[in-house]
Amino acid sequence: MARLGFSDKLMMIFIYVFLIVLSFSAFYPFWNALVVSFNLGIDTTKGGVTFWPRVFTLENYQIVFKDDRLINGFFVSVSRTVVGTITAILMTAILAYGMTRRELIGRNYFMFFFVFTMYFGGGLIPSYLLISSLGLMNKFLVFIIPALISVWNMIIFRTFFKSLPLGLEESAQIDGATNWGIFFRIVLPLSGPVIATLSLFTAVAHWNDWFTPSIYITNENLIPIQTMLRQILNANIVTDMASNMDTASIARLDQMRTITTKSLTMATMMVATLPIVMVYPFVQKYFVKGVLIGSLKE
Amino acid sequence: MAQATTEQRTRLEQQPKPKKNIFVRFLKQWDIQLMVWPGILLIFVFAYLPMYGILTSFMDYNIFTGGNIWANPWVGFKHFQMFFDSPEFYNVMRNTIVISLLKFVIGFPAPIILALMLNEIRHMMFKRIVQTVTYLPHFMSWVIVAGLVMSMLSTENGSVNMLLKSVNMIDEPINFLSMKEYFWSILISANVWKEIGFGSIVYLAAISGVDPHLYEAADIDGASKFKQIYLITIPTIMPVVIIFMILSIGNLLNAGFEDILLLANNPVLRPVSDVIDTYVYRVGLSNFRYSYATAVGLFKAVISIGLLTMANYIARRSGNSLW
Repeated sequence: MARLGFSDKLMMIFIYVFLIVLSFSAFYPFWNALVVSFNLGIDTTKGGVTFWPRVFTLENYQIVFKDDRLINGFFVSVSRTVVGTITAILMTAILAYGMTRRELIGRNYFMFFFVFTMYFGGGLIPSYLLISSLGLMNKFLVFIIPALISVWNMIIFRTFFKSLPLGLEESAQIDGATNWGIFFRIVLPLSGPVIATLSLFTAVAHWNDWFTPSIYITNENLIPIQTMLRQILNANIVTDMASNMDTASIARLDQMRTITTKSLTMATMMVATLPIVMVYPFVQKYFVKGVLIGSLKE
Repeated sequence: MAQATTEQRTRLEQQPKPKKNIFVRFLKQWDIQLMVWPGILLIFVFAYLPMYGILTSFMDYNIFTGGNIWANPWVGFKHFQMFFDSPEFYNVMRNTIVISLLKFVIGFPAPIILALMLNEIRHMMFKRIVQTVTYLPHFMSWVIVAGLVMSMLSTENGSVNMLLKSVNMIDEPINFLSMKEYFWSILISANVWKEIGFGSIVYLAAISGVDPHLYEAADIDGASKFKQIYLITIPTIMPVVIIFMILSIGNLLNAGFEDILLLANNPVLRPVSDVIDTYVYRVGLSNFRYSYATAVGLFKAVISIGLLTMANYIARRSGNSLW
């Protein structure tokens, strides 16, 4: 690399400053929420809690973990994420493998059938009426079944499967393996990276989905934590509207003088983000790959 | 041994069998067909049946007729006409177009600029940290992001208000999230904040494909860094940029849904926050005007398809067809 001229140096300084500011602004809101969640609620209201808790406390988390509704919501989220991801990835991968087989009769028609849905759909209301007429309202399965097949993921899987050497399948066929056997014993074990990536994206989508439950679920025992968090935020901000928060927990909040809704909200938010932040560093190398497989297709 | 391989080869060559009765061939590959039919059925039920439900936008749908939508009376384009004549029509259309254009004009180049900047960084550790930190918000739900935005902009010790106060730009905290004039800026900023890092991945990959010899040659010729970016990096990634740009034409009416729904909690913001999707949600699922909301949704879907076809036409002329 040649010596940098003056204008180049200036540009590099600008880039460094810009990136530091950007990283700070990406990180600070999250860090501040974490700090507030560990700070005594009554102390936070005095202002000035920014980078470090002033009066450290675990109180907020104790309240959150004592709230049966929140714990229940957390487990609804966990179970829909685990069940939803495993079933969706499996179903989508099987479909994608079938779609790679050249001898499949109707393959081109099927492909059109799938791709068309990426560009046109019935929309919110017809889907809502469909779900309700299928009797899926207030059922755990409403989280799982409609999300089983993702056409987008199917295309990514298919692109990946196609890149596998054909010879493997052929030699397995000669050894007498069935098509399902080839899929489970040869294709799937070779697809580690793409499975990891798509599982990550699917799991994140399941974990983060607050909207589906907000329209299809009224039974409190089935509301996942993100939807619950939405209700809490709503209640905080729109004070003049009928609050969605149940009266019992508001009454309980009033009893504790050191706790504020803000500190509790932040603690709940941290609990709702924790799984993602914990998994994130380990899967970072995969999703970069996954994004690239996805964009190559375009 | 040699015999075995010839035998294998002949078997392999026979694999794509000459055309037989399609029914016989279908039965023979029942196991492969079994792989695709569950998917076909699911997509049929959850993607195509709702399309059939679109018919209700030309009827006066009554929830009590239940499954048989043919029992509802046909009313032609009544609901479409109602939408065009409604007092909300102007605001909804303006917000949809303005918000999506703003998202495009600001949100589209932002990750490209970030990628170009990251590419200049030689400290790998620094680069890695910036990437890790800026990718993270992509994985947060909009509920969390909205919660963070609310907390940052809060009038009670929100960091933004505290900062502005400490530099004496304001005397009293501003309630940003209840003022119409700030909503678009907040919405766009939150979107860029959430997606800038993740969006840069594709462009970073494209940049890494640039032949390093070009930079060496430019160095020898004494081209400045800025010139190198302008004359080498940007032209090389241009094809990728153009594809993504064309793709976003088809998204012109997708102004956003979750972000607006969550950030525009306050009904005061409706004149600037209502877009087609949130409007459909509100009149459909809160006011139960099913036929009307379906009609509005269909109106949007049809325009989107038109835009997409146009985008694909442009793409095909530039050699990058979508389908």
